[in-house]
Amino acid sequence: MKARWMMTVLGVAMAGMLAVGCGGEKKEEKKPEAANATAAAPAAKKVVLGVAGAQSGDLASYGLPSLNAAKLVAKEINAKGGINGAQVEVMPMDDQCKPELATNAATKLVSEKVTIVLGHICSGATKAALPIYKDAKVIVMSPSATSTELTQSGNYPNFFRTISYDLIQGKAAAEFAVNELKVKKVAVIHDKGDYGKGFAESAKKALEDGKVAKVALFEGITPGGVDYSAIVQKIKASGADCVLYGGYHPEASKIVTQMHKKGLKIAFVSDDGVKDDTFIKTAGADAEGVYATGPQILADNEVYKKALADHEKEFGSKPGAFFPQAYAASQALLNAVAKAGSTDYDKVVAALQKEYVETPVGKIKFDAKGDAEGVSFSVYQVKSGKYELVK
Amino acid sequence: MAASSILNNLKKSAIASLWLAFLTLPIMVIRVDTVEKTVTWRWMHLAYMLAGSFVLALFWHFMMDRRDRGAAARAAGTSQAASALGRVLENPKLVKPLLAMGFLVAAVFPYVFSMYQTNILISALIYVVLGLGLNITVGLAGLLDLGYVAFYAVGAYAYALLNMHFQLGFWTVLPLAAIMGAFFGLLLGFPVLRLRGDYLAIVTLGFGQIVRLVLENWSSFSQGPSGISNIARPGLFGINYSVEQATTYIYYIMLALVILTIFITARLKDSRIGRSWLALREDEIACQAMGIDNTKAKLMAFALGATLASVMGAVFAAKTTFVNPASFTFMESAMILAIVVLGGMGSVLGVILGAFLLILLPEYMRAFSEYRMLIFGATMILVMVFRPQGLIRAKRKVYKINTEAA
Amino acid sequence: MRPVPWFCKGKAVRDPPRGRQDGFMEYFLQLFFGGLSRGSVYALIALGYTMVYGIIELINFAHGEIYMIGAFMGLIVAGVLTAMGWPTLSILVIALIIAVLYSAAYGYTVEKIAYKPLRGAPRLSPLISAIGMSILLQNYIMLAQTPDFLPFPRLIPDLEFMEPYANFLATSDLFIIVTSIAVMVALTLFIKFTRMGKAMRATAQNRKMAMLVGVNVDQVISATFIIGSALAAVGGVLIASHIGQINFVIGFLAGIKAFTAAVLGGIGSIPGAVLGGLVLGWTESFAAGYVSSDYEDVFAFLLLVLILIFRPAGLLGKQRAQKV
Repeated sequence: MKARWMMTVLGVAMAGMLAVGCGGEKKEEKKPEAANATAAAPAAKKVVLGVAGAQSGDLASYGLPSLNAAKLVAKEINAKGGINGAQVEVMPMDDQCKPELATNAATKLVSEKVTIVLGHICSGATKAALPIYKDAKVIVMSPSATSTELTQSGNYPNFFRTISYDLIQGKAAAEFAVNELKVKKVAVIHDKGDYGKGFAESAKKALEDGKVAKVALFEGITPGGVDYSAIVQKIKASGADCVLYGGYHPEASKIVTQMHKKGLKIAFVSDDGVKDDTFIKTAGADAEGVYATGPQILADNEVYKKALADHEKEFGSKPGAFFPQAYAASQALLNAVAKAGSTDYDKVVAALQKEYVETPVGKIKFDAKGDAEGVSFSVYQVKSGKYELVK
Repeated sequence: MAASSILNNLKKSAIASLWLAFLTLPIMVIRVDTVEKTVTWRWMHLAYMLAGSFVLALFWHFMMDRRDRGAAARAAGTSQAASALGRVLENPKLVKPLLAMGFLVAAVFPYVFSMYQTNILISALIYVVLGLGLNITVGLAGLLDLGYVAFYAVGAYAYALLNMHFQLGFWTVLPLAAIMGAFFGLLLGFPVLRLRGDYLAIVTLGFGQIVRLVLENWSSFSQGPSGISNIARPGLFGINYSVEQATTYIYYIMLALVILTIFITARLKDSRIGRSWLALREDEIACQAMGIDNTKAKLMAFALGATLASVMGAVFAAKTTFVNPASFTFMESAMILAIVVLGGMGSVLGVILGAFLLILLPEYMRAFSEYRMLIFGATMILVMVFRPQGLIRAKRKVYKINTEAA
Repeated sequence: MRPVPWFCKGKAVRDPPRGRQDGFMEYFLQLFFGGLSRGSVYALIALGYTMVYGIIELINFAHGEIYMIGAFMGLIVAGVLTAMGWPTLSILVIALIIAVLYSAAYGYTVEKIAYKPLRGAPRLSPLISAIGMSILLQNYIMLAQTPDFLPFPRLIPDLEFMEPYANFLATSDLFIIVTSIAVMVALTLFIKFTRMGKAMRATAQNRKMAMLVGVNVDQVISATFIIGSALAAVGGVLIASHIGQINFVIGFLAGIKAFTAAVLGGIGSIPGAVLGGLVLGWTESFAAGYVSSDYEDVFAFLLLVLILIFRPAGLLGKQRAQKV
């Protein structure tokens, strides 16, 4: 009996020590911020930026870069004294890209009286969460939800995004393949996800409407597969002279590698999800010559250079997918709050639609439907291990 | 004795933490980039790991000791076998007030707590019913079903599609969803009648995957991965209401459905079919020898479980107003199974507790942000290790025959 | 121009039309080898799976995670050695050895923490702690390493004599097939002839009886986990090197495929795991090639259902008489 007591006491003591230890360390990290906060503003004043998206689970690699982007923007603004004296606080909200968890995240953010949200990452999760935000008058800006109807249907006046939507992306890729690469038969491949399939479907539609090139093949692949030689054979058998791929980079790099292994060297055109440095790393030499559409990021964009350097410094690594868009979205949201002078819904929306802001993806503001204006959209090609602007 | 046991535990914990530190050393400390050929060493992580695992190991040994002592005592028959909770539950004088209190809290919940709390409680209640449904198949009839989420998907898409194409309301679809669920339950049930144990598990897993893949690929039917949005919330005599009011309304619907399900399953358990399920679970051949129709019992179990899941699917679609195949992955089936097993197979209260634990815990752990799922996984292991029978052990009804009177 | 392999002499390798007889043959062969390639990947993972499965009758959901950890260990070792400028082949060998040792240690520890305390508990309880372990390990790797995909160096060199057939089968494919078969043979012999193997079979048949005749069941189960995990690590390193990228969720899908392959072949049957993996790979490949890759998994599972309906104990599983 006595032993049990002693153990309990000891255990609690140890746990306490650990907690104190960790806490102490964290405090040290946060000190500059805290000091700033007390110096710059009275305690209660703060602007909370909710960041919702996949922060765990199999799609975490597309959601966590956005969280990092939001943290960096918040840190920078706080270092300059905050927004009108108020400190910016980032509130992460994981949804694993699942609709039901997205509604939970949304109601949580609404309950916490958050008025601006960066997110969600997946179109499906975004669609599930938006009605809740809409009802509570929360402004939502996604760096990566590309489903066309999110903005174009007009159902969600509170929704904005810094990425261009499927219809435009798919069309741009299709037109590029037809007009610039002069292809005649196209194999349209996608990864069955809402992002990839959305892109592929609009690309297919654009090709069919254009009537210049034929869609030789339209098929989905199983994401995470170990071998894509069957689909590569099919592309080969279809006689296509170009592959349009909708999806993310892990599968793209596997397909490209296998295409080259099987001696199939035709053009490979893909989307934003592939325009990621990880793609070049994983595909290696096979990445050479691959085209990907994406927002134009000029080489001399000071904001982006700084964002990259900050990321390297803060997290010790290169940023991941949708980082520039998320950085831009965080900037746009917080800038709008600053310009509006409050977090009032109408004022912030007006500011978003009126005020230009310098971001990694260009000088942007938003149109009435919620899509970003001023993002120039370009095609990139991998040349000697780097994405370079075509033309 | 006491001192030596402490020392012993300390020693064991130290060894365990050293071992864990050794195990995690490369992954915690080294980070490589094979393209740029750089290696980053993060030695500080090792120190954290050492300290953290030492405390954890200490705690582990302490809890293990307790568990083993408990087991020993039970084996010797000296202590009261039931836990404190079990004793409370056995006492009829306490049960009724507790039930009344629980009901009262449940009744006023949406007016006391925020919409977020209500919302996640609805999720938990949905999983309570799912758990109870799966409990029929797995807990009572002993048929391991790893594709239960397929029926959930059937209900969700039934409502979403009927609502989209024919503007059918929630209340109209609810019985339809139930019928479709039963139909799909039978559809799965027939081919697997001959299979046992883990062979059955893999076929049901395959069934779950097939349903999801069809929803993903058959775009003209289900709109594929982009899903169906703007599904109507349940109607209430044509009154318009806000999201918050709708949440409250769905909460009460769910509460009613939960009570109904508890009532049904409790009655079923003691019915003729319930008894034959138990017999089926214990020994299939003996069960058949006793003149029970195995086929019928199995199909009933699948169909009833599927019906409940399908009804929940419809509620789910109405609650989130959006469905896509991402909600119906294998992980979801695994979670529902975990609710049943973790709560205690066959026990209604156990399933309720299991659902609350597994659905609400990740929500309340949002403060831990990235560490949330790590802790969640660890909790699952710990609960299973320290309560292998589940949180609440199911009790079989004991019939006492008074031989003296005869 | 590549030399033309013997089995399609006289045909242009890049001849696309499918309808023509010779094009058809090549198309078929391509799918066949594609299926062989992915089937052998499944087989290699399924071997370790079926071993653990056959002996303690536990669907070890954490097996895929051990495989993933093996791949990560391989990556780390390879990264460190590449930075030091070692030659590729020696990196492969050392990466394999260290990954095997570490994964075996992980398997041993996982068993001690999550399964051993659950001996004698209801059959489904270890399944749930396995799922918990799987979630825990995934998130541990995600937090300790990275959520992003990492490139895995191609450690398997391209052999010269494979050059003419590279269009059909890469060296890494061959490597994986040969390894699977070698492992299969070695395991079968091990189980059949060694003392430990016999103890394993005894434990699989009847744990209590095995204990009574003096088998140290705890030791046997530990050994099973160590061997199974070591095999997972071999698979992890070779397959990651073959595919060229890894991240923290690769184990999950691999685990499900391996489970499917193991059941298809007959639970606990070691040649069955290889056969099951290959059948699964071929089904997927042919379904994707001749029908639609949208539905390749649907076909794989339908086949599984069909096979189990006609052979309820899998392809090579023994139909045991029910004891009453």
